[in-house]
Amino acid sequence: MGAPVSLVADTAAFLLDGETWTGSSGVPARLVEHLVVSGSAVLLAMVLALPLALWLGHVGRGGLLVVGLANASRAVPTFAVLVLLVATPVGFGDRATVVALVLFAVPAVLTNAYVGVRDVDRDAREAARGMGMSGWQVLRRVELPLALPLVLAGIRTASVQVVATATLAAYVGGGGLGRFIADGFGRGDLAMAAGGGVLVALLALLVEVSLGAVQRRVEPGPGRRPPVATGIAPGQV
Amino acid sequence: MLAQDEFPNPWISVDYVRDNADAILAATRQHVTLTLVSVALGLLLAVPLALLARRFRRLETPVVGFTGFLYTVPSLALFAVLAPYTGLTATTVVIGLTAYTLLVLVRNLLAGLSGVPADVKEAARGMGVGPVRMLLRVELPLALPAVVAGLRVATVSTVALVTVGVVVGHGGLGQLIFSGFNNNLYRAEIFTATVLCVLLALVADALLLGAERLLTPWARR
Repeated sequence: MGAPVSLVADTAAFLLDGETWTGSSGVPARLVEHLVVSGSAVLLAMVLALPLALWLGHVGRGGLLVVGLANASRAVPTFAVLVLLVATPVGFGDRATVVALVLFAVPAVLTNAYVGVRDVDRDAREAARGMGMSGWQVLRRVELPLALPLVLAGIRTASVQVVATATLAAYVGGGGLGRFIADGFGRGDLAMAAGGGVLVALLALLVEVSLGAVQRRVEPGPGRRPPVATGIAPGQV
Repeated sequence: MLAQDEFPNPWISVDYVRDNADAILAATRQHVTLTLVSVALGLLLAVPLALLARRFRRLETPVVGFTGFLYTVPSLALFAVLAPYTGLTATTVVIGLTAYTLLVLVRNLLAGLSGVPADVKEAARGMGVGPVRMLLRVELPLALPAVVAGLRVATVSTVALVTVGVVVGHGGLGQLIFSGFNNNLYRAEIFTATVLCVLLALVADALLLGAERLLTPWARR
């Protein structure tokens, strides 16, 4: 193993090498794989979790279930789920990866959206009722807009987690940027693994920062900030 | 259908557990050690960081921001970036896992400390309690529920995360999960290790909850 200075140089050399950026195993192709798998997982998780969360929050039920799910998902290792799924009929490939990613995106989306709707100010809800709104109208025109920052916080948290877990999928035969890390470790090419690590870290930070900016845009003014503006974070990946 | 479906490959196998008891025990021991060391180091770093952020208000945003930055970096990426320096060692795993505990520990320490009622501190000061004793005998005990809540989240997440250490060859039960994967999808090995991993998290959580009850008798209702 060389001195740290040359390792930084090796990692930089890997990242700056033209070959790293071209072909079906180049960074752009891997990035697209990574984003397609992650994006579909987040969208699927939203389709599954948001209606349920909004409804549960609206009727104020199922809190124990939602919180329990969020806590349980923290205790289950994502790596184990990825491997477990491969050992089931779901098998190898992008499909297995997406299923695993959805499993880990659902709790974050569900918990935040549920808490967001549930904790909408009682007065606002009652005023809307008093104006003659139906339950559906209250949800759509009062609860959802007020809960939006937390709904988005959940989607942001889930997205960052999904991008991270998608990296791990390379270890069970998946594509994406995790390939550089898995192949780098596999070949004993630590500069390649570290280069992949840098790319994945940058992607995760970019997703976090950009979705954080979207979330802040919909947040009410500082005086009316909801108590849990940052959202409920699930486990690290 | 894949070839292995033609052979019996049960998820639960007493034979597997009996024949591999030593390996399972060794992996579990490594898992527990990595978790304990990482969470303990995390707490050891989080306390001064939180106290610093509280003493110098201007440091709070950068300190919390930095721990949040660390938390956003995926564990696999962090291990990969660390590996050229610390090698394929347990140290790489411990550094990464310690870094991840900081966000929740620092945040909960700050929340716990700021939740100590002002009149309690006033009363202690009136009794002649100095700053060090104030911290150790008044503030930290009162902040304990928030700190333990943070420790529980950090510990449970760490137990799950240790498995990723497999990429540098030190993943505790993750080693068994991955060897089951490489061993023609040996379900019994994968499943046993996963169940043990979840059990470890639950036991650790229960132990911390119990410790909190013992340490804060005044909070018992």
